[in-house]
Amino acid sequence: MIRSELIQIIAEENPRLSQRDVERVVNTVFDEIVEAMARGDRVELRGFGAFSVKYRDGRIGRNPRTGEAVEVEPKAVPFFKTGKLLRDRLNDGDGGDDDE
Amino acid sequence: MTEKTLTRMDLSEAVFRELGLSRNECSALVESVLQHVSDALVRGESVKISSFGTFSVRSKAARVGRNPKTGEEVPILPRRVLTFRPSHLMKERVADGNRRLGKVS
Repeated sequence: MIRSELIQIIAEENPRLSQRDVERVVNTVFDEIVEAMARGDRVELRGFGAFSVKYRDGRIGRNPRTGEAVEVEPKAVPFFKTGKLLRDRLNDGDGGDDDE
Repeated sequence: MTEKTLTRMDLSEAVFRELGLSRNECSALVESVLQHVSDALVRGESVKISSFGTFSVRSKAARVGRNPKTGEEVPILPRRVLTFRPSHLMKERVADGNRRLGKVS
């Protein structure tokens, strides 16, 4: 499934809304998550999962092609952990209670 | 500045500010987005959101695990796990944003 298909399905379920509005809904949801992480915040969506930021130390890496040593700067990277309900649903449990 | 945790409520509030639909409708729409993404994953589909990232489902084979505390062998059943791969844009914005805030030294 891609973004446009997701928008399509939700638009069909909400005939009162224009396709354009549904597009704005979907874009806002994903943009907010990125913006939160860009501020170093965490986004916890019970049953679905949590987006957070992990901080990686700088290190000396190596260019795999040339073997040359290169300095890798410390940086912040996005991280996602699957929620319990979704993890259970993937393994066809009924999910049950969702306290993660 | 200290880290905050956002929830569904913050996402619906953002949709509310952006579209001005009723708050109830906004939270139902946010729920619907998460629900449809989850349903597709449960069907085994990948979900690719451009400029955000890709959620994909991988199957893991059965293996013998070990309880790290007791050393006891325990069978780990074959299972499906979800992985998320952030887009380049997301990685860039998260790296830049946190650097600018001095959260990366």
